[in-house]
Amino acid sequence: MLKRAQALFLSLLSLVVLLPIAGSALAESSASQLNMPQGVTEVSQVAYDIHMIMIWVCTVIGVGVFGFMFYVMYAHRKSRGAVAENFHEHLGVELLWTIVPTIILIVMAFPATTALLKVYDTDNPDIEIKITGYQWKWQYEYLGEGVKFMSELNTSLDEVYGRAPKGEHYLREVTEPLVLPVGKKIRFLVTGNDVIHSWWVPDFGVKRDAIPGLFTAGWAKTDEPGIYVGECTELCGLGHAFMPVVVEVKEEAEYNEWLAGKKAEAAEYASTIGKQWSAEELMVKGEEVYIRSCAACHQANGEGIPGVFPALKNSPIALGAMEGHIAILIDGVAGSSMQSFAEQLSEVDIAAVVHYERNAWGNNVGDVTQPLDVLNYKQSK
Amino acid sequence: MAHGPATLADGWKAYISRWVFTTNHKDIGTLYLWFSFAMFILGGAFAMIIRAELFQPGMQLIKPEFFNQMTTMHGLVMVFGAIMPAFVGLANWMIPLMIGAPDMALPRMNNLSFWILPFAFAILTSTLFMEGGGPNFGWTFYAPLSTTYAPESVNFFIFAIHIMGASSIMGSINIIATVMNMRAPGMTYMKMPLFVWTWVITAFLLVAVMPVLAGAVTMMLMDINFGTSFFNAAGGGDPVLFQHVFWFFGHPEVYIIILPAFGVVSQIIPTFSRKPLFGYSSMVYATAAIAFLSFVVWAHHMFTVGMPIAGELYFMYATMLIAVPTGVKVFNWITTMYKGSLTFETPMLFSIAFVILFTFGGFTGLMLSIAAADMQYHDTYFVVAHFHYVMVAGAVFSGTAAIYYWLPKWCGKMYNETMGQVQFWVAFIGFNIAFMPQHFLGLAGMPRRYADYGLQFADWNMVSSIGAFIYGGAQIMLLFNVVMTIRKGKPVVEDKVWEGAEGLEWTVATPAPYHTFEKPPEVK
Repeated sequence: MLKRAQALFLSLLSLVVLLPIAGSALAESSASQLNMPQGVTEVSQVAYDIHMIMIWVCTVIGVGVFGFMFYVMYAHRKSRGAVAENFHEHLGVELLWTIVPTIILIVMAFPATTALLKVYDTDNPDIEIKITGYQWKWQYEYLGEGVKFMSELNTSLDEVYGRAPKGEHYLREVTEPLVLPVGKKIRFLVTGNDVIHSWWVPDFGVKRDAIPGLFTAGWAKTDEPGIYVGECTELCGLGHAFMPVVVEVKEEAEYNEWLAGKKAEAAEYASTIGKQWSAEELMVKGEEVYIRSCAACHQANGEGIPGVFPALKNSPIALGAMEGHIAILIDGVAGSSMQSFAEQLSEVDIAAVVHYERNAWGNNVGDVTQPLDVLNYKQSK
Repeated sequence: MAHGPATLADGWKAYISRWVFTTNHKDIGTLYLWFSFAMFILGGAFAMIIRAELFQPGMQLIKPEFFNQMTTMHGLVMVFGAIMPAFVGLANWMIPLMIGAPDMALPRMNNLSFWILPFAFAILTSTLFMEGGGPNFGWTFYAPLSTTYAPESVNFFIFAIHIMGASSIMGSINIIATVMNMRAPGMTYMKMPLFVWTWVITAFLLVAVMPVLAGAVTMMLMDINFGTSFFNAAGGGDPVLFQHVFWFFGHPEVYIIILPAFGVVSQIIPTFSRKPLFGYSSMVYATAAIAFLSFVVWAHHMFTVGMPIAGELYFMYATMLIAVPTGVKVFNWITTMYKGSLTFETPMLFSIAFVILFTFGGFTGLMLSIAAADMQYHDTYFVVAHFHYVMVAGAVFSGTAAIYYWLPKWCGKMYNETMGQVQFWVAFIGFNIAFMPQHFLGLAGMPRRYADYGLQFADWNMVSSIGAFIYGGAQIMLLFNVVMTIRKGKPVVEDKVWEGAEGLEWTVATPAPYHTFEKPPEVK
C-alpha cells in the first residue's frame, strides 16, 4: 500500500511540477512553433515582453505554491504516520496572502499599462490603409492613392480535400498580398462588410476586429522586409479558416514601383470596360470568378446547399431577365447572406460571372452579358 | 411514514410515474445527474468529431459548415447541458442533507425545472437534422453571424436557450429559498458547509444574468423575424452591443460553472486531510468577492473590438484583481492539507488535480487579462487551452470527485478504489496531453474554431487529438465504474462513509433513505 501510494505520488509530482517548468523552458526556446513570436514591430515587441514577464511571474509563484503543496503531500501523509492538527484560521497569514498578491498585481499593472499605450499609439501615420473583411477574403484600399484590391486564398480546394498534395504554403498563400514599405508608420483602419472578422498579423502584434459599421485602428512600423502571414481570428462562417492575411514588406523604392504599377493597372482597366467581350471569353473569366467568389456557398456545381444557400442551376433568377440577375449581384439580398458584390468585383468580373451562371451547368439562356450592361445598371440607380 | 419510492417490482408504469412526477430532492438530483452525464457524452462525441477532423491538416471527415456546427454544439451542450445540470443535481441531492432540511423548499417547481431540460436539448439537437443544419456561429453566437447570416434553425436554438434559462432560474430560486428558509435549528449561515455557500452565491448570479441572456436572444429573434436592427449596422444597430450584452451574461456564467466546483473541493480536501477547512470565513468572503467582480469585468473578452483606451485599462485592472480572491482560495486549500493526515482516495486525487490544474488555468487567465498581450492571445488556441483548464480540469474534475465522494452515500455501495484511481490517471494524463499543446498552438498563431490549418500546426494538433481520445476514453471508464458500483459494489453500512468526513449528510443512514430529516436535527 505504501509502495503504491509513493509511486502514484511520484508520478503526480514529476508530471505536474514539470508542467510550468517545461512550459517556461519551451517558451524560452527560439522555436516560434512554441512561443509567441517577437515579431518585427514595436507593438509585437511590447506584447512579447509583457507576455514573458507574466510567464516568469506565474512560473515563480507556481513553483513556490506547487512546491509547498508537494512537500505537504509528501510529509503529511497518513501512511507516514502524520496525525492531523486542528488549526483552521490565522489572521496574519490570511492577510499576508491577500496583500502580497495585490502588491504584485499593482506592480505588474505598470508595464501592462505602458504596453497598452503603445498599442493605442495610432496617431500621425505616414500611410493609411482601409481593410475590409468580406466572407471570406480581405479588401485593401490605399487611402488617397486610388488603389484597391481583394486578397483571397490561393490554395486549391483539391489540396484542402486531399485530392492533391498539400503545398509548402498550404492555407498561407493569397492571390495578392498587402504590400507595405519599410520604415513608414502605417495605420490600419479595419472594418467588416458582412459579419465580424478579425485581421491578425502576429509578427506585427496587430489584431483588430473587422466589425460592420465600425472602424477599429491599429498600426505597424517595421524595418525588416519580408513576408508576414496572419489569419482571420473571429468566426465568420464556413470559410473562416480559409481567409489568411499575407503582408509583404518591401524596401521603399520597390514599394513605390509596385504602387505605380497598381495605379497604371487601374487606369488600364478603366479603358477595357467599354470593350465588347465574346461569349467564350466571358465563360472562361466567369468560371474563374465564380470559383473564387461564389462557389463557397453556391458550390462549384451550382447546386448550393439546400436550406442555406440556394441553387443557381435552374434557378428562376439565372434563367430570368438579365437585369434582375445583375441586380442581385449589385444590390445583394437584404436579410440574407447574399451580400452586395458592387464593391468587391469589377464590372468585368460581374458581367463574366453573370454570363457564366446563365450558361453553365445546363442553364442555357444564351444571352451575352457585357460589362457595359453592369455599368448601365449601376448608373441607373 | 410516507410510502416509499416505486421500484421496478411495482410495475413499469408505477416506476415511470415515480420519476416523471417525483418531487423528491434525491430523485430529482439523480435525474439531473444522469441527464447531465448523457449530455456530457453527447458533447464529448461532438468534441471527438472535432479532434478527429483536426488530427491532420486538410478536410478529411466533415465539411467546414458541419465543423462549425460541431464547435457550437459542443460548447452549448457542455456548458448548458453537462456542467450546469450536473452541479444542480449535486445541489439537489446534497443541500437539503447538508443543512438538515427534509427536501427542497419548492418541490413541484423542482420537478418542472428538471423536466423542461430534456425538451430544450431535444429541440437544440434536432436542429442538426434540419435543412440548413444547426447553429454554426459558435457558443458565443456573435451577431450578425447568428442573426442575418444564420441558418433558419436559429429560431429553435433561441427557443431552446429560453427553456434552459427558465430551468436555471427556477432551480436557482429553489436553492435560494431552501437555504434561506429550511436550515435546521442552529445551522447559522456561517456554519453552512462551503458547498452550500458557493451554491447560494451561484444561484444569485444565475438569477441576475440568465434574464440578460434571455434578453440577448430575444433581441436576436426580433432582428431575425420582426425587422428590428439591434445588432444590424445597416439599420443603425451595433454588432458590438451584442457582445456587451452577451458577456454581461457570459462572464458571470463562467463563475456559475466554477463556484460550485470550489464548493465540492472545499468539502473533499478537509475530509481526506482529516482536518477542518482552513480559513472558512475568508473562503466565504472570497467567493462573494469573485461573484461581485464577475459582474464588472465582462469586456475583457472584447479587447480587440476597438474600445477606448480608458475602457481597456479599466477592464484590464478589474480582471487582474480577480486573481486575489482566487489566490486566497488556493492558499486555503493547500493550508488545509498542511499538517493534516493525508490519504489519496480517488475523490482526493481528483480534488488535488483540480487545485493544480485550475491554478494553472488561473495563471493563463492572468496572462490573458493583460490587454496588450491579449491582442496576441485573443481567439487563438491559447484561449481554448485556458478555458479548458478551468472548465474541464476545474468543473469536470471537481464533478467527478463529487461523484466518487458521495456515490457510497447515495447508493450504499463502495466503488472499486483501484478502478477509480486508474480512471483518475487516465483522465489526468489524457487531459494534459490534449490541452497542454494547445497553449503552444495558440502562441504559434493558430486561431480557434478553425476547421483546417497550415502545416506548421500539424504536430501539436495530432498530439492534442490523441490526448483528447484518451480523455474521452476516461469518461467511458467513469460510466463503467459508476454502473459497476451501483450493481456490484461492496455494500457500505457506516453512516460516516469516510473516516474524516464531517457534516450532517454523514449522520443519515447509508444508503440515504428516501426521506431524511423529517425531524430537523439539532446543530450545535
